[in-house]
Amino acid sequence: MSEKILSRNFERPDAYTLAAYRATGGYQAWDKAQGMEPAAITEEVKKSNLRGLGGAGFPTGMKWSFIPKDHAGPVYLVVNADEGEPGTFKDRYILERDPHALIEGMLIAARAVRCALGFVYIRGEYVTPWRVFSGAVREAYDAGLLGQGFDVVVHRGAGAYICGEETGLISSLEGKKGWPKVKPPFPAIKGAFGMPTIVNNVETLACVPHIVNRGAAWFAGLGTKTQGGTRMYSVSGRVNRPGVYEAPVSVTLRQLIYDHAGGVSATGRLKAVVPGGSSAPILTADEIDVTMDVDGLRNAGSMIGSAGVVVFDESVSVPDALAVVARFYAHESCGQCTPCRESTGWIEKQVKRIAEGKGRKDDLDTILDVASRGAGTTICAFYDGAVGPYISYIKKFRAEFEALIPK
Amino acid sequence: MPKLTINGKDVEVPPGTNLIEAARLAGFAIPHYCYHPGLSIAGQCRLCMVDIEKTPRPTIACNTLAADGMVVNTETDRVKETRRSIMEFHLINHPLDCPVCDQAGECWLQIYYMRHGLYDPRMTDEKVHKPKAVPLGPHVMLDAERCILCSRCVRFCDEITRTGEIGIFNRGDHSEIGLFPGTDLANRYSGNVVDICPVGALTDRDFRFQVRVWYLDTAKSVCPNCARGCNIDVHVNHRRPHHNEGRRVARLKPRFNAQVNKWWLCDEGRYGFRFVDDPDRLSLPAGKNGGPPAATTWDDTIRSLAETLEGARPDEIGVIASPRMSNEDLFALRRLTERLGVTHVGFRVPPAKPADDDDLLLRADRNPNTQGAELVGVGADAKPILDAARAGRVRVLWVFHHDLFASAWHEVEVRQALERVPTVIWSGTNANRTSELAHWVLPSAAWVEREGTFTNFQGRVQRFRRAIEPLGDARPDWDVIGRVLAALGAEVKATRAEHWFQELASTVSAFAGMTYRTIGDSGQIVAAAQEAATR
Ligand SMILES: Cc1cc2nc3c(=O)[nH]c(=O)nc-3n(C[C@H](O)[C@H](O)[C@H](O)COP(=O)(O)O)c2cc1C
Ligand code: SF4
Ligand code: SF4
Ligand code: SF4
Ligand code: FES
Repeated sequence: MSEKILSRNFERPDAYTLAAYRATGGYQAWDKAQGMEPAAITEEVKKSNLRGLGGAGFPTGMKWSFIPKDHAGPVYLVVNADEGEPGTFKDRYILERDPHALIEGMLIAARAVRCALGFVYIRGEYVTPWRVFSGAVREAYDAGLLGQGFDVVVHRGAGAYICGEETGLISSLEGKKGWPKVKPPFPAIKGAFGMPTIVNNVETLACVPHIVNRGAAWFAGLGTKTQGGTRMYSVSGRVNRPGVYEAPVSVTLRQLIYDHAGGVSATGRLKAVVPGGSSAPILTADEIDVTMDVDGLRNAGSMIGSAGVVVFDESVSVPDALAVVARFYAHESCGQCTPCRESTGWIEKQVKRIAEGKGRKDDLDTILDVASRGAGTTICAFYDGAVGPYISYIKKFRAEFEALIPK
Repeated sequence: MPKLTINGKDVEVPPGTNLIEAARLAGFAIPHYCYHPGLSIAGQCRLCMVDIEKTPRPTIACNTLAADGMVVNTETDRVKETRRSIMEFHLINHPLDCPVCDQAGECWLQIYYMRHGLYDPRMTDEKVHKPKAVPLGPHVMLDAERCILCSRCVRFCDEITRTGEIGIFNRGDHSEIGLFPGTDLANRYSGNVVDICPVGALTDRDFRFQVRVWYLDTAKSVCPNCARGCNIDVHVNHRRPHHNEGRRVARLKPRFNAQVNKWWLCDEGRYGFRFVDDPDRLSLPAGKNGGPPAATTWDDTIRSLAETLEGARPDEIGVIASPRMSNEDLFALRRLTERLGVTHVGFRVPPAKPADDDDLLLRADRNPNTQGAELVGVGADAKPILDAARAGRVRVLWVFHHDLFASAWHEVEVRQALERVPTVIWSGTNANRTSELAHWVLPSAAWVEREGTFTNFQGRVQRFRRAIEPLGDARPDWDVIGRVLAALGAEVKATRAEHWFQELASTVSAFAGMTYRTIGDSGQIVAAAQEAATR
């Protein structure tokens, strides 16, 4: 198996301490970055082909370069540690087992965008990650790593999935209801508290020290042509060894399931896989020879999203699974914009009825039609994330749904 | 200035114009719910989609600024299909209360469904239910099921009144408009949320269930409740007189005027019209022939008034004019006092409790025409007249509109004055304690019953038009004064308010060159104020 980079310290029981982090080379990248021009850091990250690991896969260096150079007021760095995408549990490993990797990544990113204040928005249910990470922040202050031109505020969320969407997160951080904002303006121009803001995922920033230490070319070489590095795949569902596995982004879905996660459990026969968190369109058993990078899954008609892999064996009912997913999106829609607010609830009702054997002849076509009409019309990507499963589950497993609808 | 093409038509618009406004300027209406020109952009309803060349999919027009060279199409098949979808989304959980909803007939769900929806409903599941008929405050009633969550009301209270009473609570299709705990929608401008609510979710408690809107007629007018003179539409109910508890004026609605009130109206003004149909309205002239005043005819009244005035020396006559009178009334009155040589003329009577103003619309001066009274020239402070009356030096006192007992003047002094004057004439719309002590009571037509102009605190002369007939024998003050003038032998050519205004404009330089035509619907600034503004 390949070299572990992000998860190299996960097995050390004291990995969360500053001492252990330093003992394994921690904060050397920060030392090095302090000798670099901000623009040179951004350039290095661009060349590394690092792409956002929170969901959208946006090139990180490019995002950093959007911060206006002539801005006079403060610039903020916001770390997205809301980790709400169902099937995703990788950021909590970093927060709990390697928190200094994130702090070091933040220090370097802050230098690149000339930022003096960072916020870490941690999912409300993540009590242990919050405790451990806050301890690490305290240690970093005591050691003089923080508080010398860069400060960190740790903020806890209150349990809404939508607060993981970057502008919903910003609204929540500002003390408002967690409603995504209409774009433009984008956060890099007008973000938290009206100031230019970079929002990055925990894992994205944890990659940055390695890029600075070992060079952009090395990082780029780990992955595919369009995406560098390794990433952490959360694998769950019907597999023999569920867990978080680090692998180069060129790994295939088949390798992840059979080599890393020990193969399919229960009946042992694979039925379907959700490859990138609940919002990713589902893949059938014969679609798993795809590389698990942004473009590999896009070409396969799905998305890598947050790299949360959920495995269905033959015994899993796809209509039941869709009923769960539909309930989730109806419950979590922030309700701000009409197509998403009104149709997530309606679709939930229809899917639930079908799963309970009370479906009607037109239901499936209505769902497909409504979902495709709403797609692309909303304020944020939440709704497109709901449409992914609605349409793919029904299209790929239509017979299974039809069998449940009384004639 | 950006030049762009909308539906094949070239338009040039001011920088910072969004596509909804740009299209409006080009003559195209883009349907929308959440956008309101007076509020921030919310982008929530998603109805305002248009196609912009080189953009992969329809884009919301409200959050897109017109840019040079942009090619916009508001009527592509794709846009029309998107609109139809968005209309369906808006109506999935809508209760369709139209038969019992006050908004019916002026509801943007109805209008846009007919224009852009017209699909066959597919929703057969149970709709989401929410609270109905919830009073939010003294004036506004909420039906949460009818609400389309456009957030206009929330933004109004956040951004315009900055009182923040309303929020959207809960999530998804359970999202619901409501009050923050411990608050009431009782700010001074609460009625505006009813106007900007595009549907029947927020209705006016005063107007609710009174009359169907399609029975209403409209007259352009001006609010008489303070010195700002907000532009309004008076909605009257001629066609179903048995509805609305016999009230002829159904409601007042703000009329946009960029320089005066924008889209808004204060609650004091909005609900300040009830006096028009109150039981204490005066409808017949009444005079005292030894006993208590008894109803009489205008002809007899005018003759007696002229005789009484002629029988007194000029310095024995006192006139307390009112800043509630129109410019036309005041000018007619000036002609009368000049003809008689009266010097005891004033119009300022201090209110019992000084009112306050705010940074939105309301002015501390709750009179509509103080500027006009000053410019026309009907004296100033009325206190010396009161003092002269108390000292027994006034034989005829003509008071217009004021209730002197409701002023800051001492009650005892007012009583002494009124009791010492042998002939007290009182003109006004509704009986009050002053009219009760008068020997002659002359019913005035209310502002909605006649034509005229007020000059607001900015020096803007604004027209109000007749919406209903005067009650009974009530007359505009200029008409009564003109007839008295004629009875005194003066040549009076004016038979309409407009004629009096023409005379005013040719006499008082501030009004020079103005006519009802030039004043138009949005008013015209008097010369003095114009100079001050350009200086
Ligand atoms: C509905 C929704 C939920 C999201 N939840 C998360 C989340 O929990 N964590 C996260 O990092 N990104 C989440 N995202 C993606 C963020 O909007 C954003 O793209 C990301 O934080 C940017 O960081 P990155 O470029 O480093 O990936 C979510 C997006 C959507 C539309
Ligand atoms: S798409 Fe859904 S979650 Fe996103 S803003 Fe609209 S209602 Fe809220
Ligand atoms: S009550 Fe009316 S104005 Fe307020 S959000 Fe609902 S529909 Fe919009
Ligand atoms: S601010 Fe004055 S003029 Fe405007 S509505 Fe209120 S009372 Fe009438
Ligand atoms: S008017 Fe543009 S989204 Fe509502």
